[in-house]
Amino acid sequence: MRRFLRLLPVVPSVLLLLLFLLAPVAWSFYASFTDAALSGRAAKDPQWVGAENYVRMFSDDSFPLAAWLTVVFVAASAVLGQNVLGLLVALLMTRSRRAMASWVGTAVVAAWVLPEIVAAFAAYAYFNREGTLNQVVGAFGGVGPDWLYSFPLVAIVLANTWRGTAFSMLVYRAALADVPRDIAEAALMDGARGWQRLAFITLPLIRSSIATNLMLITLQTLAVFTLIWVMTAGGPANASTTLPVLAYQEAFKFGDIGYGTAVASVLILLGMVFGAVYVRLLREQRP
Amino acid sequence: MTTKAKLGADIALTVIGICFAAPLLWLLLAAVDPQAGYQTKVPLAPSIENFSAVMTPELLFQPLANSFLLSAGTAVVNVLAAVLAAYPLSRYQSRFNKPFMYTVLFGTSLPVTAIMVPVYGLFVQLQFLDSMAATIFFMATTTLPMAIWMTKNFMDSVPLELEEAAWVDGASTMAALRSIVLPLMRQGLGVVFIFVFIQAWGNFFVPFILLLSTDKQPAAVSIFSFFGQHGAIAYGQLAAFSILYSVPVLVLYALVSRGMGNSFALSGAMKG
Repeated sequence: MRRFLRLLPVVPSVLLLLLFLLAPVAWSFYASFTDAALSGRAAKDPQWVGAENYVRMFSDDSFPLAAWLTVVFVAASAVLGQNVLGLLVALLMTRSRRAMASWVGTAVVAAWVLPEIVAAFAAYAYFNREGTLNQVVGAFGGVGPDWLYSFPLVAIVLANTWRGTAFSMLVYRAALADVPRDIAEAALMDGARGWQRLAFITLPLIRSSIATNLMLITLQTLAVFTLIWVMTAGGPANASTTLPVLAYQEAFKFGDIGYGTAVASVLILLGMVFGAVYVRLLREQRP
Repeated sequence: MTTKAKLGADIALTVIGICFAAPLLWLLLAAVDPQAGYQTKVPLAPSIENFSAVMTPELLFQPLANSFLLSAGTAVVNVLAAVLAAYPLSRYQSRFNKPFMYTVLFGTSLPVTAIMVPVYGLFVQLQFLDSMAATIFFMATTTLPMAIWMTKNFMDSVPLELEEAAWVDGASTMAALRSIVLPLMRQGLGVVFIFVFIQAWGNFFVPFILLLSTDKQPAAVSIFSFFGQHGAIAYGQLAAFSILYSVPVLVLYALVSRGMGNSFALSGAMKG
């Protein structure tokens, strides 16, 4: 009884998590097997339709396309863009003047701290036909395309890289600060060149940070909605519709909650897989 | 480090820094340019016209007040629930602690945008739609796993001996928590509060789905409607609006990072 009473303060948190996190997830899986809708007869009394929504997912063109776009978006903007650029900036900072490192750090972090809707407006203006990017292209004598219309995927990948690199940079700065100096210096004595030191000494030393960072930015990027919604709204013609955008459109634009929750359930499952790997990684680091 | 390598690093960083600052430069210049377009250019006749145009009660002040209510409410719920939950997890050994903490950690990884469709369905069923309080509790829950995780780590670093002394003097557990533990970890609590506040302040998607009436919507949503209605004409006003809305979180972030080192909040969240 005493032991039970001790755990009493945990109850409010558990209730919140059950009601607002677990219940929606459970409801999502349930509703994905029904024809639930925003309005009409099916809104009041949704019918069980079995796996119909999931069958439709794979016969429809929009789901496989959205799944593929999501993979490309995550791989290009998170795993490649944010991760590599973040590591590069962190490494360069260890070698540059302090004032320089702090100036660049501020610029990178600013894009990340701004409210997402403001960052999305700034990116929208930047990639606009008359925007800053095409001014730069023009200054070199070229004529830039309408990025948001002709290359929407490129635009959202670059925008998300710009927006999220700060997180990886902060993780890697903290990790590099923990790398013992004398190890790097001993390697320098042995005549190891810069990239050899990086590949065989620095990177292996921070590998747990790399793994954790990759998991976290993959999860964050999987959930990106506002940036894409403001910049392209998923268009033109689904060319930049990732899974969160598709789930939103099906549920709220077309009123098909059943199909929308089916798409959402796939996303939730994906998140769970990455989340499980992430928890495992952290457990191994802390015996 | 040779001077040449140092110079190379400085040049590379400068290029990267300019690339990151470029999209923000437009925001700053367009805000003071009444004739702003999507181009980045120095205004011919800079003025604060754009700012005075958006500084009206219904356009700016009401939405900002809503943002504040939403964010402060979310942060208060988070800190209260997280402190209560963290206390037994930090102070008593139990075989539930580890599984609970890992479940919480797992909860941090759920993609929130993915659960918005089911949450909308749930809110319709419970008649929570367009309720500020329900939205606050939902937003608090999405950041709660991270808040519990951070709070427990901060609490772990407060030594147990001080509390034991208070217990000997006859203080109850909750009294010891309030008078000994919380004051000692107030910096950490500040970090958790600001961390949650910044996230809630910038959140667009959740209030966009759950709050329907204009007089309840926070700035993130009202700025989006403004962009939809006037964005194609009033670029300068949009930029001015964006800046006014962003200033509070920039200040709060500067406060946290200056007081405690850039990666402090992050390491509190990531390390055990």
